[in-house]
Amino acid sequence: MSYLFFNITAAAYFAATLIYIAYLFSHREGFLNSAKYILSGGFGAHTITIISRWAEAGRTPVTNLHESLTFFSWITVALYLVLLYRYRVSVLGAFVAPFAFLLIITASFLPSEVVPLAPLLESLWLPVHVILAFLGNAFFALACIFGIMYLIQEHYLKKRKIGGLYFILPSLEILDELNYRCLTYGFPLLTLAIITGAVWSEYALGSYWNWGPRQVWSLITWCLYAALIHGRLTTGWRGRKAALFSVIAFAVLLASFLLINIVLGGAHGLLR
Amino acid sequence: MNIIIVGLNHRTAPIEIREKLTFPADVIGDALKKLVKSYGANEGVILSTCNRVEVISVYPEVEKGVWEIKRFLSEHHNIPLETLDEHLYAHTGEAAVKHLFRVAAGLDSMVMGEPQILGQAKDAYSLAIHNNTAGVIVNKLFHKAFSAAKRVRTETKIGASAVSVSFAAVELAKKIFGNLRDKAVMLVGAGEMAELAATHLLSNGVREIVITNRTYERAVEMAREFNGVAVMFREFLHYLKNVDIVIASTAAANFIIRPDDVTAVMKERKHRPMFFIDISVPRNIDPLVNNIDNAYVFDIDDLAGVVEANIRERKKEAGEAEVIVEEEIKTFYRWVNSLDVVPTIIALKQNLERIRKQELEKALSELEGVSEKDRVVLEKMTSAIIQKVLHKPLTHLKREAKSVEGDFFIEATRKLFDLEEEEAIKKTKNSEE
Repeated sequence: MSYLFFNITAAAYFAATLIYIAYLFSHREGFLNSAKYILSGGFGAHTITIISRWAEAGRTPVTNLHESLTFFSWITVALYLVLLYRYRVSVLGAFVAPFAFLLIITASFLPSEVVPLAPLLESLWLPVHVILAFLGNAFFALACIFGIMYLIQEHYLKKRKIGGLYFILPSLEILDELNYRCLTYGFPLLTLAIITGAVWSEYALGSYWNWGPRQVWSLITWCLYAALIHGRLTTGWRGRKAALFSVIAFAVLLASFLLINIVLGGAHGLLR
Repeated sequence: MNIIIVGLNHRTAPIEIREKLTFPADVIGDALKKLVKSYGANEGVILSTCNRVEVISVYPEVEKGVWEIKRFLSEHHNIPLETLDEHLYAHTGEAAVKHLFRVAAGLDSMVMGEPQILGQAKDAYSLAIHNNTAGVIVNKLFHKAFSAAKRVRTETKIGASAVSVSFAAVELAKKIFGNLRDKAVMLVGAGEMAELAATHLLSNGVREIVITNRTYERAVEMAREFNGVAVMFREFLHYLKNVDIVIASTAAANFIIRPDDVTAVMKERKHRPMFFIDISVPRNIDPLVNNIDNAYVFDIDDLAGVVEANIRERKKEAGEAEVIVEEEIKTFYRWVNSLDVVPTIIALKQNLERIRKQELEKALSELEGVSEKDRVVLEKMTSAIIQKVLHKPLTHLKREAKSVEGDFFIEATRKLFDLEEEEAIKKTKNSEE
């Protein structure tokens, strides 16, 4: 059953992406609304996919890259829907939809069999750690998207040649503010994810910190975001610099996440 | 029944002709009465603005109508028709409806999407009502035009983007700062254009206004007017850190705000964005200031470019607006078609036939032991009642339908018997088949 709903999700995200692109070119509000509904519908199917997968495996469905990407995509769209409700930045969907679709389509090319988890990894810490980590990542993904939107909008204003997306993107101040908000939510979540990961590692492997590649990379990511937030709070980093930095930091995060999972296999290589 | 519009606008006639053809508001009433009495119009409205003069009317015949309106315009203004004719356009039937809907929605205006025209059209219509020259068709036509205009306004952003330089500046400020409520603006130089931009910014909620000028008295004077603060010209750079928007318009021959000044100010204000609007020629603000992070400099040419882009964006929205206009034309014509006498009569007959059958069934179910013969008698009797009752009204209706007031009679019949428009169309289609 999860397979069917997975395909529905992929199709809906693809359709939403296309309609959002049509919106970006035509600026027709009608497109924006229908894309929003299709994306929300896709999210419903996505939720069913996750739940049925969870039931099938009997644990949080994040133990291989296919599952992880699916879960990451889901939590990002969920967060987008919450933000949409709070801040009414509808155009954000035009960036979230292709991102969610890319994650899903990548996942679809990866083996999706349910891999039995090593018994020593079975713990309540698994869902806690994983949900914190992915929620943090989703906030960073949105911070990155707001950064990209900022860079586009600023490009128009700096070059003094307005047109195209200028008319539909929000103001620089709002984009900067939302970028900052996302960072301030994402950072504590990442911190907690690292701590719970360490605790889980202690339960499962008997040591809090073993300088595994996953832990090293998450520390590097953590340092990058710590530097960014520090810069924003103290030295008045804002605007283009902060936007660019959050794009780069997220690129590092995503690359390390993919690399570690591909090179070491699921669950940070703990399966082997 | 034919809808005819004859008139001219800014595209077809130069100002010299337009001003001669204008109808001042106080003569429109008499002109309308004349149009109906002496020029054979069934109904009429005169729309007269500085960019257009149009006569919207209903005539029994198309060619004659167009000719009569032209004659009316020429004779009323005492201008020979030969001089006038080349500037006049005439729209009839569906083209006329479309024209009026587009005019009311601002799609035909010089500044596309401007909202004043809708108010002017409403005034023109109410003048026609007061002078009894608005009948069934004009009423429906204008109500539909107004609702089409309203839909265009709410469903597209055609009226949203700024198409004047000072509005464009405000629009840009909003794209940089979002909300202008907690922002401060400084006027460097107190010219007319700066004043205009400041007025727009203030009406968009700017918190504070600081004014500086070479002649300090002028700055004080303007500060009083805008409820702002005046500062000495030689000191204005000290105040720069407190403001978010700077409008420069002095006659200085060289740059008075340089990159070094702004870099220093930026540090002090923790790099919060600054928006510099330079409307002076020669320029007052070094364009290199734009290279500083979070500083945005627009000179007068840049602003003109923004205005152009805004106009292009409006044209894009216009496509969507045209779709709405087409939809509204369809609903208008659905109503117009229902005004045909034949479908009205069919609908009326069927309506009554339905009632007759219902009541007959009810009566038959209450009676006991009704034979087939009794039944036939009852059927015949009830049918005869309906036919007799309908005979006179239908004869009159058929006759009146051909007269000047025909539309009124048909509309009244539909209203009295609550005949739906949709139904009528279905009926005509069925009877055609």
